[in-house]
Amino acid sequence: MTKTITDVICPFCGTLCDDLEVVVSDDGKKLLEVYNSCVIGTEKFLHSQSPDRVTRPRMHQEDGSWKEISYDEAVEYSAQMLAKAKKPLMFGWSSTNCEAQSVGNEIAEIAKACCDNTAATCHGTTLIAVQDIGLPTCTLGEVKNRADRVIFWGCNPAHAHPRHMSRYSIFPRGFFTGKGQMSRKLIVVDPRVTDTAKMADVHLQVEQGKDYELLDALRVAFKGEWLPDVVAGIPSEKIREAADMMKSGRFGIIFFGMGVTQSLGKNHNIDEAIAVTKDLNEYTKFSIMPMRGHYNVTGSGEVFAWQFGFPYAVDLTRGFARYNPGDTSTIDLLNRGEIDAMFNIGSDPGAHFPISAVKHIASVPSVCVDPHLTPTTGVSKLHVPVAFNGVECGGNCYRMDNVPIDCRKVVEPPEGMLTDEQFLTKVRDRLKQLKGAA
Amino acid sequence: MANKITLNLISGRTIQQGVAIESGKEKPLYRTAAGIIEMDPSDFKKLGGWKSTNVRVTSEFGNVIVKAVETSQGPHPGLGFIPMGPWANAIIDPNTYSTGMPTFKGVPVTVEVAMNEPILLGIELVQKLCGVKTE
Repeated sequence: MTKTITDVICPFCGTLCDDLEVVVSDDGKKLLEVYNSCVIGTEKFLHSQSPDRVTRPRMHQEDGSWKEISYDEAVEYSAQMLAKAKKPLMFGWSSTNCEAQSVGNEIAEIAKACCDNTAATCHGTTLIAVQDIGLPTCTLGEVKNRADRVIFWGCNPAHAHPRHMSRYSIFPRGFFTGKGQMSRKLIVVDPRVTDTAKMADVHLQVEQGKDYELLDALRVAFKGEWLPDVVAGIPSEKIREAADMMKSGRFGIIFFGMGVTQSLGKNHNIDEAIAVTKDLNEYTKFSIMPMRGHYNVTGSGEVFAWQFGFPYAVDLTRGFARYNPGDTSTIDLLNRGEIDAMFNIGSDPGAHFPISAVKHIASVPSVCVDPHLTPTTGVSKLHVPVAFNGVECGGNCYRMDNVPIDCRKVVEPPEGMLTDEQFLTKVRDRLKQLKGAA
Repeated sequence: MANKITLNLISGRTIQQGVAIESGKEKPLYRTAAGIIEMDPSDFKKLGGWKSTNVRVTSEFGNVIVKAVETSQGPHPGLGFIPMGPWANAIIDPNTYSTGMPTFKGVPVTVEVAMNEPILLGIELVQKLCGVKTE
């Protein structure tokens, strides 16, 4: 007999869907089926059952081969590496739970490390903008129940957050949005005609990198002032149409993504998007929310902020927390070659950092804690496979709207495998011994 | 005749890339999903190359071989799209301009046909570019 576990949380994207059903074998050791999740979430659950999975730590040898070692040896290597390094970098954290992040921060304090999460390459610039001018935001529940104007700016949830539109933003019938999709107007701003843009009432096909200009033009249009004939590749009549559509709603929401955070202008693009939201509140109720990528990147920012006072790019090398993006941020540290040891967990900088930064990771002692084989494990000296968080162990995670949700364990990890938190706790205890800390 | 064309490069998520990273970045599926450049039909005409031809994409930061495919999310003439991953990151602009964020979108690149050049697997590409010894 199989067992069906309901209300399972999906550990893939920041939407953190909480309505999955997972079928497991009677003994709870095999995961057989996944229902309700998107195609990416399904793959994540099923991949944990892969027969070719690496289940023990491996050291990269001189000749390029890998040698299997025990978890105790992996703990020793990691602790020694962190103890010896003058400026170690502890990066990742977005695909693990808050409990593990907290233990990681203890290690970072003892090792006087730089610590950072994957906001470095997604919404780091958003965090800078929020510190500049604040964030009028809301929860996804409010969006579902109230939003009749939805703007996707530089994001493509049809691909990146596949169930976002069906669970919260477009299709669901909420308390004040009883007709579902019919109650809402959708505006998409994207230089491509994305699969999200194809559903839009208005698609503003902005010239790539001209988001700031278009946001500024919208602010002018709200006030009914003069506009040039074309701004950022969009005719002024179309900008006015979009502006009127935004103003005429009862509750609006701007979701924004990498299109604005990674294009030139960066944090200033977000400044302007937040200013648009502020302006719209003169006419109606409007909110704005970043489309966070990893399922617990928001949680990592929360844990950093509550323990160190800053949400990412924290430098503890002087014994206290400093934060100065451009100086203490991961990509800059790596590009300048300042790091002498790399501890990576719950992310894949090898695949998602510019190659110049990855080259530096490959040149220093490094540990990669990841259940998968990735480009980062491929260039690291030590690969420590662990249990899949959200599948083989539970733990606290934060949805993109800062709502904490506890992930659930649905199946046993392969015998003898540690979780992120268990491995980190062993490293912390050994590092304390090496450093003579109490 | 095949030509060299100039495009503005952006990178980002596709659902195929998302599935591939969760099913194993060591597998050929990852290369099929992310070792590509999506181009507008009008740019294919300018390039003078077949669809699904291997091309070399070059920026001032490096070059990489990917498969040129016709975009399914167009038209976007003048814009090239490589899904996020090692292929895109071999050529994107690492400058952060003191924000901590590399410039993943808006990188000027040239594209030329490289029919006989192989497209490397994801892990293999990063190891090669980093000079990491493999078995």
